Amino acid sequence: MSSKKVIEHSQAATNFNKDVERVNWHDETLWFVREKRDKSAHQIKDWELLRETASQIKNNVLSNIHDYLVEFEENAQKNGIIVHWAADAKEHNEIVHSIMAKHEVKQMVKSKSMLTEECHLNDYLAEKGIEVIDSDLGEYIVQLRKEPPSHIVLPAIHLKKEDVSETFHEHLGTEKGNIDPQYLTESARLSLRNTFLTRKVALTGVNFAIAETGEFVVCTNEGNADMGAHLADVHIACMGFEKLIPQRKHLGVFLRLLARSATGQPITTFSSHFKKPREGQEMHIVIVDNGRSTQLGREDFRNSLKCIRCGACMNTCPVYRRSGGHSYHNAVAGPIGSILAPNLDMRKNADLPFASTLCGSCTNVCPVKIDIHDQLYKWRQVLVKEGHTPTSKTIAMTTMSKILANPTIFNIVGKSGRFVMKNIPAMVNNKMNKWYDQREMPEVPEESFREWYKKNSRESIAKNNE
Amino acid sequence: MSSKSEILQKIKQNQPEITADLPDLDLLSSDNPNVLETYKTVLKNIGGEPVEVAGFHEILDFIRNNYALDRRIITTIPELSEVASLDWKNDDPHTLQNVELAIIRSHFGVAENSALWVTDAILGQRVAPFIAQYLAIFVNKKDILATMQQAYKRIGNQEYGFGTFIAGPSKTADIEQSLVLGAHGARGLIVFLLE
Repeated sequence: MSSKKVIEHSQAATNFNKDVERVNWHDETLWFVREKRDKSAHQIKDWELLRETASQIKNNVLSNIHDYLVEFEENAQKNGIIVHWAADAKEHNEIVHSIMAKHEVKQMVKSKSMLTEECHLNDYLAEKGIEVIDSDLGEYIVQLRKEPPSHIVLPAIHLKKEDVSETFHEHLGTEKGNIDPQYLTESARLSLRNTFLTRKVALTGVNFAIAETGEFVVCTNEGNADMGAHLADVHIACMGFEKLIPQRKHLGVFLRLLARSATGQPITTFSSHFKKPREGQEMHIVIVDNGRSTQLGREDFRNSLKCIRCGACMNTCPVYRRSGGHSYHNAVAGPIGSILAPNLDMRKNADLPFASTLCGSCTNVCPVKIDIHDQLYKWRQVLVKEGHTPTSKTIAMTTMSKILANPTIFNIVGKSGRFVMKNIPAMVNNKMNKWYDQREMPEVPEESFREWYKKNSRESIAKNNE
Repeated sequence: MSSKSEILQKIKQNQPEITADLPDLDLLSSDNPNVLETYKTVLKNIGGEPVEVAGFHEILDFIRNNYALDRRIITTIPELSEVASLDWKNDDPHTLQNVELAIIRSHFGVAENSALWVTDAILGQRVAPFIAQYLAIFVNKKDILATMQQAYKRIGNQEYGFGTFIAGPSKTADIEQSLVLGAHGARGLIVFLLE
């Protein structure tokens, strides 16, 4: 993914929108998930207090993260876990590879970890001759198709069962044209069961890491993280340092919010607490920075680090639903991805904070109360100041400000504009005009307000009556 | 300088100076007048099956009537030795791959999400509840708590190497949001609610 040329969000969204029927389906599917979230949230009397509580815990984490990290490492080590620190994606990948190399293992089974997507671990390991199989069904599907996930919780949400059927027919030899989800899932189950039974190293993500106890929690519905971890000789868990929470009891708050916000389930099927390796097993934790400490220093954007990766902001976002996860060209798509991505690479991701209507729905559903749409707005200002907006937009904005600042020029431009639109419409109703892309141009008024006022104000009427 | 000290130094420098206090979790209400009914309803909604039993003999009857006894059945509960094997806890976890049904106990259940808390101490093997084709867990009715707040109060400083909340059978909706039970773990979950 990293090596491919990045297509800007607006262009990618345009491409995505060519298939109207499919876009409508994508939109409705995600909205359905959003509605499930609402239904589930409304059943909890204290839902808003719960969000506020989670937000406060995360605020506390942000201001004490140094001490919590030190505490977490100390406790994890006491528990017999080997702790690694990685400053960036490269170091993260090297650490994981060094563990594989130490055990002379060439195959890995991996459960969902957006961090390893962010670090492009699979590509890195492939170059080193190591085969990685993603075991979450959605991730497995997109991996077979050589695509990145399009959603952090629902990696294959952009695909229809016909697509999955084709992919499985090609790679797993399933019956051609059989699109029954039960049948397709069963085929993946059989294939992946063999994977779980034969892999010596399993990698998982981390949903929460607890400073007080040195344990970490991994949530799945499928049980794939556990199948991998409990059968492997070596378990590697990778986490961004913002996954920390202070105490075990705080899980009570986050586990109530996570799945309800994500899919509307009361909790994920499995919420596994890993504290010590099982006898004879080796357990590693890789704590990754990769730009997070920089984001922590950006006052306006630091609280994006409160995110628990539920995906609620994506499901509700009118832009995400109608542009698809891939249009964001970042491991984390949607509104939250658009405030995390510019921190990683401002130039490459300068388009993302503009991929929003700023309607604020994301902020309203966020379980940890991140002010997502405010941050999108603030990023736009930073990006313009830093010169990361497209030249066409910069020219348009400078020209507009000159016109609007000078009444004489404004008058002349207004007049000639009205003349052109009325008499030579083809000059504006064409592809050069971005406004015309998806809209009709407005009807041309006979005169400007200024001209009308000149004739109709009390003074001029009085004058005329003199 | 090592990455660790570099990262920590940068965090110390960049983290906000004003410390936000941790909130009082007791402000969250945890009352539920009918935890058992809620538990059963939620469990059914997520694909599990509650079965109320008066004692182990009823569990034995249920197993005999609903599962093929010639398949491999394992348990951690001595009272069920007539239908299930007890001798597997020290085996290589991979050898559990042919288990049809695992029957285990749980410490307690949670009404709001029907989750059951299990730890190393009562699991036999960590992989057991995941690798079996079907799973049955029993819990005492008096050990059903209302919410996750109460659950973590109950867990407190409990010592374990591994613990997990299990809520319903393994599932996925990754293919066009169609719910399928039995993704990688158990295809079905019976919860025996014991008087």
